[in-house]
Amino acid sequence: MTFSGPFAPAAGARIISLGDYQPGHVVTNDDLAAQVDTSDEWIRSRVGIISRRYAGPDETVADMAVEAGGKALAGSGLSPGDIDLVIVATCSTETPIPNASAAVAYRLGIVAPAAYDLNAACAGFCYALANAADSIRAGTARYVLVIGAEKMTAWIDPADRSTCIIFADGAGAAVVGPVADGEPSGIGPVVWGSAGDMADKIAIPNRNSYMYQEGQAVFRWATTAMHPIAAQACERAGVAVSDLSAFVPHQANLRIIEAIARRLGVPRERLADDIVHSGNTSSASVPLALSRLVGRGDLKAGSPALLLGFGAGMCYAAQVVTVP
Amino acid sequence: MTEQEILTGLGEIVEEIAGVPADEVTPGKSFVDDLDIDSLSMVEIAVAAQDKFGVEIPDDQLKDLATVQDVVNFVMKNAGSTA
Repeated sequence: MTFSGPFAPAAGARIISLGDYQPGHVVTNDDLAAQVDTSDEWIRSRVGIISRRYAGPDETVADMAVEAGGKALAGSGLSPGDIDLVIVATCSTETPIPNASAAVAYRLGIVAPAAYDLNAACAGFCYALANAADSIRAGTARYVLVIGAEKMTAWIDPADRSTCIIFADGAGAAVVGPVADGEPSGIGPVVWGSAGDMADKIAIPNRNSYMYQEGQAVFRWATTAMHPIAAQACERAGVAVSDLSAFVPHQANLRIIEAIARRLGVPRERLADDIVHSGNTSSASVPLALSRLVGRGDLKAGSPALLLGFGAGMCYAAQVVTVP
Repeated sequence: MTEQEILTGLGEIVEEIAGVPADEVTPGKSFVDDLDIDSLSMVEIAVAAQDKFGVEIPDDQLKDLATVQDVVNFVMKNAGSTA
């Protein structure tokens, strides 16, 4: 059996363009204080969120994925027909089948791409990005649309003040393509793994349940186990932490990511803190934060940014990417 | 390790994590009521104490450590207990 194509293997992959979408419905801390026993001050100090966005009752994960994916496509200079593979990182789709990615691809006018959903919870986008880069390098795809999309609010108990203050909805997307021969890769080697011994710490036990998490245990794990992973990703990419233009971790909780950044040696001003007005959108949070930083012109094109996803599983993944 | 060494070390940890000046970290003070340190910072302090003193403070024991002296006593009692 020979092994070739459909495309020539590429020297590496890079992010070509980004897109992001969050619903227009803003929910403030005061709104939540009216429904559960909490306060604006408590939420700001414990989680760091000031406001977050909720999807409409009929708005689906696929709807949001289409919005963000469409923007990334529009900014890529490619036509939909150029996309060979669509990956939607999500853990909150409404239906077990069909997956979101095939329908999202069809709605975006992408013609018969490979399409799969990827569930690594809050690490999903970084996992999907690694897979996209690998496919491009192997030649099984040339251009990949990677989307992180979640409707977390569909799985949260509005009366549970430990979760309802944190989670929110939205999507972020990246169009990924090959680098030219001789050009350095724009997506560094992934450092990824899992801690299945902690599988019970964050869960939605069945399709009729709400999400729960053991906040303290998750906090301790995230603030101790993640900075070595992030540091390793920098090492593998040959990038010093001090050279990063941004550290874009999953926007789990401002206290968690500030602690990780501190232990990693990243100055506070280079830490993405999109959570403040976005909430925790699980696998959408990394691409949302990155897309907004780039869209605002805050990051220099060509500079290295560190992505880190971590969450339920527990699953985690980190890689350095070149800012488009 | 002497009690004073632990107290001094704990003061350094609390200053770094919670921004409370080390000389305010005195034995009788309650973390929550006197030093305004919440449970999330307590987890960070416990982790830093493990790094510094080699004593693990699990979450279920952490909740019983209300004052600075409680933590000092815990460390004194368990020092050298981790392999």
